[in-house]
Amino acid sequence: MGDIRVSGLGKAYKQYPGQWSRLAEWIVPVGNPRHIEHWVLRDIDFHLRAGEAVGIVGANGAGKSTLLKILAGTVRPSCGKIEIGGRVAAMLELGMGFHPDFTGRQNAVMGGQLLGLSLEDIARLMPQIEAFAEIGEYIDQPVRTYSSGMQMRLAFSVATAQRPDILIVDEALSVGDSYFQHKSFERIRAFRREGTTLLIVSHDRYAIQTVCDRAILMEAGRIRMQGDPIEVLDYYNALMAEHNHQRIRQEVLPDGRLTTISGTSEASIVDVRLLNQHDRSADTVEVGEPLRLLVRIRANSALPRLVLGFLIKDRLGQAIYGINTHRLEQPLVHLAAGDEATYCFSFPARLGKGSYSVSLSLSREDSHIDKNYEWRDNALIFHVFNTGKEDFVGTSWLGANVIVTRHS
Amino acid sequence: MNLTLTHALWRYRGFILGSVKREFQARYRNSLLGAAWTVLQPLAMITVYTVVFAELMRTRLPGMDSPYAYSIFLCAGLLTWGLFGEILQRGQTVFLDNGNMIKKLNFPRICLPAITVINALVNFSITFFIFLAFLALTHTFPGWIILYALPILLVQVAFATGLGIIAGVLNVFFRDVGQFVNILLQFWFWFTPIIYSATTLPAAVRPWMDLNPMAPLAQAYQGIFLYGQTPHWGTIWPVAVLALALCMIALLLFRRRSGEMVDEL
Repeated sequence: MGDIRVSGLGKAYKQYPGQWSRLAEWIVPVGNPRHIEHWVLRDIDFHLRAGEAVGIVGANGAGKSTLLKILAGTVRPSCGKIEIGGRVAAMLELGMGFHPDFTGRQNAVMGGQLLGLSLEDIARLMPQIEAFAEIGEYIDQPVRTYSSGMQMRLAFSVATAQRPDILIVDEALSVGDSYFQHKSFERIRAFRREGTTLLIVSHDRYAIQTVCDRAILMEAGRIRMQGDPIEVLDYYNALMAEHNHQRIRQEVLPDGRLTTISGTSEASIVDVRLLNQHDRSADTVEVGEPLRLLVRIRANSALPRLVLGFLIKDRLGQAIYGINTHRLEQPLVHLAAGDEATYCFSFPARLGKGSYSVSLSLSREDSHIDKNYEWRDNALIFHVFNTGKEDFVGTSWLGANVIVTRHS
Repeated sequence: MNLTLTHALWRYRGFILGSVKREFQARYRNSLLGAAWTVLQPLAMITVYTVVFAELMRTRLPGMDSPYAYSIFLCAGLLTWGLFGEILQRGQTVFLDNGNMIKKLNFPRICLPAITVINALVNFSITFFIFLAFLALTHTFPGWIILYALPILLVQVAFATGLGIIAGVLNVFFRDVGQFVNILLQFWFWFTPIIYSATTLPAAVRPWMDLNPMAPLAQAYQGIFLYGQTPHWGTIWPVAVLALALCMIALLLFRRRSGEMVDEL
């Protein structure tokens, strides 16, 4: 139960030059086909084990939604095999096919029936659906009066009223406000603990990183990469900034993590080191310890302007702190090919316990989207320990003081 | 092959019946009289025909003296044609109208025409009940012979369902079908002896009338309700065979094309 096995899956839409040629093909089934096959998905292979959570990322038109529709059973594949074990609940786009003239309650009943629930089941689950959706009196109003957020709330509540073996969610959750998103993810996490397999499409990096065990990157209808969410998302990020002369490569770091390097290679990072106050390489850092980040770079061709930036991310890939020499008002200008430079950033490690990564970027302007010479994710990793300070939670040490005044 | 479809219909019976109920309710929401309109509409129709044709125009059928004869003749054909027309017209747009649902939800698509047919039958039952009440009130109720209308209705519904599903599937791929069916229905209506009696047609046209499968059905209803006659089964069974054939073609076409249909919606 809960397994999904997909092999050799493909989907092609038939494109006819005109309606007459479609008619001709229908009437005369022999001879050359009169349509062009437009492939939107090709050679899709993956296996999801029960209880796994997989996020699908990719640019618009990469085939993510089509893939989910095929898995949900609304679109028929052109070739390949799918094995799905268990009951599937799918939220494809908004509203789950709600009928605008029926009330929310009627639509909830209809949606429940289509999910295979009996009327008694639905009647039993209804109070819970209403409570989770939190749309109040609107439940008895026609759905056309709903906002998109309300439709999503109701659709999600219905789809997840009973734990499915497989839950498929396409973007939809991004419509909700952050309160409801939080609540939905809480429910999804609870389902996962009970063994529900989750397949989600999202542009929300945070959602995929925190919920998924694995991510699949799709590009032009094929799987480009699959693996650890952070590594896949880093690669995707680099892909997004990709311009004509850029290359992307991934290297395995000594500790086994993948680093993604992208850019035009007009400038490159030669060496990067994190030093503590004793000028020793700092793999482990004490909370509050002064640190220096040393980066040596080389210009591989003549550059009008060069900005180096670094970004510290926590274990989940959340940005903790980032700055660059543009914002620090120290860009380098007029570099010749072969010029080298060393940067030294110094800052105290006011961070919470845990591991952190440093990403580096070499660009012309403030943002690397504009002109990306080199972007290097996970350039180095360090761990923060807390032995000297009071124990605290979170990723930032703010060094709070307290004054307690007692009133009697 | 039809086993899987029947099985799917049975498994989703809750959804089908629920949808019929919801559609019925939705039609009269925001109206003060609600479901009363379902009754008022056919009542108005019967009244208008009786007053206009029987009282004002003094239309009389040959050999019938009753002032209600023509109304009964008219209603017998018109109400059943209404059932046929509703199934066919709703059937040809059923997949287009529910495109949103088809694209987003995974359920047996065959439920949709089933909902349409049951819905039409519900509407028809109400109308027909009014008609029967009219017959009783005017002391023209023909008696138990009206039970013969049931097999005729069955044939007509099967005919309409088969044709409706064929038109519905084709209409997804060729929108011309929808336009064509609407025109066809108009011609078909006037080519069926509903408003007029077939006996009033010129002899040259009558053999053509035999090619119209709706004609023997309409005449059978008129025979039952106006004259209390047993239907001429000899004219009915070819239509029954045709209806069965249409249903088979409809199911074959539906099974072949239902996957591709989603791509076109």
